[in-house]
Amino acid sequence: MLRWGSPGRRWALAWGDGGFRQRRGSPTGSASNRVRGQSSGAQQLLDTAQKPRKGKHEWAALVGLEIHAQISSNSKLFSGSQVRFAAPPNSLVSFFDASLPGTLPVLNRRCVEAAVMTGLALNCHINKKSLFDRKHYFYADLPAGYQITQQRLPIAVNGSLTYSICTGKKQSQMITKTVRIKQIQLEQDSGKSLHDDLRSQTLIDLNRAGVGLLEVVLEPDMSCGEEAATAVRELQLILQALGTSQANMAEGQLRVDANISVHHPGEPWGIRTEVKNLNSIKFLAKAIDYEIQRQIDELENGGEILNETRSFDYKLGCTMPMRDKEGKQDYRFMPEPNLPPLLLYDATSLPAGTDSQQVINIDQIRERLPELPRVTRERLIQQYGMLPEHGFALLRMRGQGPRLLSLKDINYLLHSASDKLDKRQTFELMYNEPRLPGCFFAQNCDFREESASI
Amino acid sequence: MWARAVWLGLRAPLGGRRGLTSTTDPQGSGRITVEVIEHLERLALVDFGSREAVARLEKAVAFADRLRAVDTDGVEPMESVLEDRCLYLRSDNVVEGNCAEELLQNSHRVVEEYFVAPPGNISLPKLDEQEPFPHS
Repeated sequence: MLRWGSPGRRWALAWGDGGFRQRRGSPTGSASNRVRGQSSGAQQLLDTAQKPRKGKHEWAALVGLEIHAQISSNSKLFSGSQVRFAAPPNSLVSFFDASLPGTLPVLNRRCVEAAVMTGLALNCHINKKSLFDRKHYFYADLPAGYQITQQRLPIAVNGSLTYSICTGKKQSQMITKTVRIKQIQLEQDSGKSLHDDLRSQTLIDLNRAGVGLLEVVLEPDMSCGEEAATAVRELQLILQALGTSQANMAEGQLRVDANISVHHPGEPWGIRTEVKNLNSIKFLAKAIDYEIQRQIDELENGGEILNETRSFDYKLGCTMPMRDKEGKQDYRFMPEPNLPPLLLYDATSLPAGTDSQQVINIDQIRERLPELPRVTRERLIQQYGMLPEHGFALLRMRGQGPRLLSLKDINYLLHSASDKLDKRQTFELMYNEPRLPGCFFAQNCDFREESASI
Repeated sequence: MWARAVWLGLRAPLGGRRGLTSTTDPQGSGRITVEVIEHLERLALVDFGSREAVARLEKAVAFADRLRAVDTDGVEPMESVLEDRCLYLRSDNVVEGNCAEELLQNSHRVVEEYFVAPPGNISLPKLDEQEPFPHS
């Protein structure tokens, strides 16, 4: 079975060796399609690479994502050192994080709750028993030589993420798409490497080593950069609404790796490449579209795609093979011997007379789930009668973090509101809706006074 | 994939009996090839420096192969000897850290409170670049 996102994927790949996989559905492409459009078709594809593909019978692209979100917690996943973005190097490191002999992992309750909350919000099945494993590889920022992760039995599986793409002439038509979530697992983050090429050395800061990560694996249900970017944005909003992660890509709290392959519709899936080092949503979309086009060009010129890892050079706008990555990685997964299975309970299975600090009740967490962005949008549209695209815009602005509204923002809000609302309703929206940009602004100063001067 | 089968034989069996018997030697007299040694040396950074070490490895694999004599059909594999224990959940408080000075003492080289490491992984020399290895 094609395993897109599991950590054992590297050696499981056998595409080039003849391991085929037929895609279901009637094949529309035939042998003649491959030959057609060598020059003009390729040029056409190049021109429309950025737009959603319509009528491109020759090639279909598959994009899967592996998203690592840093859990918003006070302390790390397996140790009691602090989680903080900027701090003096190696000051937030405990003996366990530095992998000194004799130290043992102790699981942070808040991280488990965050994983369960995220799984529930993404419609996943929560595994009442999940296991921890060791993934071995050597790198200077991984002092133990292995990362504790959940490869065999992750905490949540089989979910879905729904997002909406704007299409149509005025970008006013919303199409809803869904991407399946293969699994969500808890794992450790590694430290940071600062490469000093001048002196041929690497400086290691272990502050980030051991911080809890949620790895969310999205199946290859997306077909272009825009879909991937929109899905990631929606996931960001969800994580921020839940409070499980601040999901700020610029600060490295959200990292995305893309798995990309192309094939002719109806034929077996192509060889995939992995693209890393994507540190903004804009570059994510660019890199994916570039890589899709590169693979198409390569195959149409009779070349072949290597199963490799590439990184995105945002200055040149292209992907390059990463050095220091050997062909096949064998991670030698083994069960983490220092951690028993993680058991979760619900209202029916809760054992009597146990310390509430030591048990996690899935139903309790489900009850505490805050309103999800999708629901908020719907409610705003219904309650205030605003147009769907304005609902999206408002939540996108909220997702960019609390900030003072600019004059442009206020104008936009007033104009969008005035499509259907009167001034009174607009102010109601601003003051009453928690955590909307307008409310933040209003709490800091008198909105009416400010708007009088516009 | 004989080399992989031998390697898998060394690890604790994770899922009961795997269908590997077709590729491994049931007598257990498997010779370990040079490719396997090279692969193991890269993965685990051990040094099989002598013929004796390789022989010891072959004996270890043969010893572990005796596990296959046990019929584990229909038996749930044990994930952990700790499976009957409760996984302790720690509350999310900051209780450690702030010992950069102590930790940096462990490092051979330090630059401004950073550990110093070589740039990237240093690959092991390929087998033909090493000294000739007394292996048949």
